[in-house]
Amino acid sequence: MTLLEARDLHVQFASRGRRARAVDGVNLTVGEGEIVALVGESGCGKTTLARTLLGLERPASGTVLYGGAPLAYSTRALKAYRREVQLVPQDPTGSLNPRHTVYEAVAEGPRIHGLRDERERVASALSRAGLRPPERFFPVYPHELSGGQRQRVVIAGALALDPRVLVADEPVASLDASVRGEILSLLLRLRAELGLSALVVTHDLGLAWNIADRVAVMYLGRIVESGPVEQVLSAPSHPYTQALLSVLPDSPAPIVLGGEPPDPTRIPGGCRFHPRCHVLASGKAAEAGVDGLCRSQPLEILPSSTELRAACHYARARQPQL
Amino acid sequence: MAVTYRSAAGDVPAVRGVSLEVAEGEALGLAGESGSGKSTLAMALLRLLPKSARVTGEILLDGEDVLRMNWGRLRAVRWASASVVFQGAQHALNPVRRVGEQIAEPLLVHGMATQAEARTRVAGLLEQVGLPAWRARSYPHELSGGQRQRVMIAMALACSPRLIIADEPTTALDVMIQAQVLTLVRSLIADRGIGLIMISHDLSVLAATCDRLAVMYAGRVVEAGPAREVFTGARHPYGRALAEAFPTVGDPSSRMAPRGLGGDPPDPMRLPGGCSFHPRCPAALPSCAWRQVELWPADGVAGDPAGHAAGSTQARHTAACVHVLPEPERSEPERTGPGTPEPGMPEAGMPEAGMPEAEEAGPEAAGGQEVPNAPSAANASGAPDAADIPDDPGAPDARPAKESA
Repeated sequence: MTLLEARDLHVQFASRGRRARAVDGVNLTVGEGEIVALVGESGCGKTTLARTLLGLERPASGTVLYGGAPLAYSTRALKAYRREVQLVPQDPTGSLNPRHTVYEAVAEGPRIHGLRDERERVASALSRAGLRPPERFFPVYPHELSGGQRQRVVIAGALALDPRVLVADEPVASLDASVRGEILSLLLRLRAELGLSALVVTHDLGLAWNIADRVAVMYLGRIVESGPVEQVLSAPSHPYTQALLSVLPDSPAPIVLGGEPPDPTRIPGGCRFHPRCHVLASGKAAEAGVDGLCRSQPLEILPSSTELRAACHYARARQPQL
Repeated sequence: MAVTYRSAAGDVPAVRGVSLEVAEGEALGLAGESGSGKSTLAMALLRLLPKSARVTGEILLDGEDVLRMNWGRLRAVRWASASVVFQGAQHALNPVRRVGEQIAEPLLVHGMATQAEARTRVAGLLEQVGLPAWRARSYPHELSGGQRQRVMIAMALACSPRLIIADEPTTALDVMIQAQVLTLVRSLIADRGIGLIMISHDLSVLAATCDRLAVMYAGRVVEAGPAREVFTGARHPYGRALAEAFPTVGDPSSRMAPRGLGGDPPDPMRLPGGCSFHPRCPAALPSCAWRQVELWPADGVAGDPAGHAAGSTQARHTAACVHVLPEPERSEPERTGPGTPEPGMPEAGMPEAGMPEAEEAGPEAAGGQEVPNAPSAANASGAPDAADIPDDPGAPDARPAKESA
């Protein structure tokens, strides 16, 4: 069942006198007990999309739905919403107050929401986050903890409100390789034990492979490919997904895209990926007779679907069901 | 080489006896988690550490000991013979100066070019790292993360050094930009015969870029060898954990099964006895709690201890783990050695850390050292580092760190 949904979502910012279309039409769902990975390069709009789903940004158009009902933006409604949908921020060191003990850091949420049994709540959140025995961590300050333990404290802070969805922005990017697996296992365990759903925002495809059920690949404000992780990551249809996978260190034939990710204030016409597309550049799109479409015909916004979908003229010429 | 930080709370051994070599045109990857000593080791190579750090051993750059250089010589060597690409280009570049001036600075300081020549050279360097020449007039904030990292690489190349030390050069970058930077680094190494030492916690990145890998844990090299061999067939449980931390996408065994390593890296001031990895080790034996194993051949070729291998001690795959020892060594851990303390034990001078184990390290002293009994106390105590007057006769017998080309 769908818990959290973005429907035809657009988010825009003013940027040096122009409009940046950071999120330029996105449909996305996160089901109950489902882990969805949102992947893409810096600047593709994935963090803006996550912030909008949390109610931290107002969409220019489109709707965020939680449990089927559109998100209301009154202070009271947002406060209630944030008990249900919790953010796990990117950098645990930066997001913990160095002068607050672990207890104070985790108790902050329950205090804001006026919840009773604060001590029990904090203890249970810490132990669910794998910090046991929790009482031992109560008086400890962040600088006395390792990076992995700090990330667990941050996760405990989110768990203290008994949320149903976690939105995690690069949850392991600032952690050591050795700790990474532990934190990812924790997310899987929380799903198994508490039925938590999660939207994990990352540029790390290995993370998606490790823990996600579905993956959505974002490029320049749009989701260009989405579907079950096994399908998308084992046999990618969109040239952008192919390129992202091909530059993983172990890959035999890297397709290194030139240049930086393009500018959301100047989204190219036609397929938004066409100026960097290796399928178009190599002439394969012309062989399939779609090169004209690639340059001139924009693709429609992909519907939210649990099936494999790709917004690519070339891929559709070969697999029309996409 | 060994590095000890002096702090109010006591001595902190950050690097505890490491020997490494990099040849011309060769790339060496140094892997490990935060606190393993890998960045300390790299910064020590050009004496870039704070005064509280005491460096012992030898650091040979084209045969010349960096630790014995006077300041003038050291200044001449920095940038010109060996340069550093620091992590976080955002903070390493001066925000109020144009990047072209910053790239030209080492050239001008070293008197290697006039202003006009430097301008031409900067344009050429920018082109080499894939940036248009007009970018010389940009300020750092006008560049993206990947472009700033390229500027750092152009700076490191400016004086045509023989060795480049790159500390996490791609950690803050996106996958696609990371691929661009790594491709650039690889081609520069191949084209110019520069030696590279690259530091990262991501073994998969190092394996794709480097010829050889050394995995550090708690200030020591615990596994080393040809990059592919270490990455795909790590023999030390810590090396294996690092290699498995980043899954191969498409590998069914890692699907929904993230692999990590329990526990936290040890506090360098309170290192566990024996093998410092044993409290976190999934394959620890009871004897690991008191027994420390030196690097030993792990490539399946019997008999020949690593330290006595023909030619370079670094060419072979070696691991410091009881599980790679030949059967008799593994099963007779109680056997006491000839009584000589193990030459490579830097803890010998630090009573708090590991004294009991020094007695037990006999079996390895019989032949398991990574380095022949060459390290001379004279080198260790004669190092003319400004902050360094280790006249203590019990000073650690640091092993030489070779960087000869």
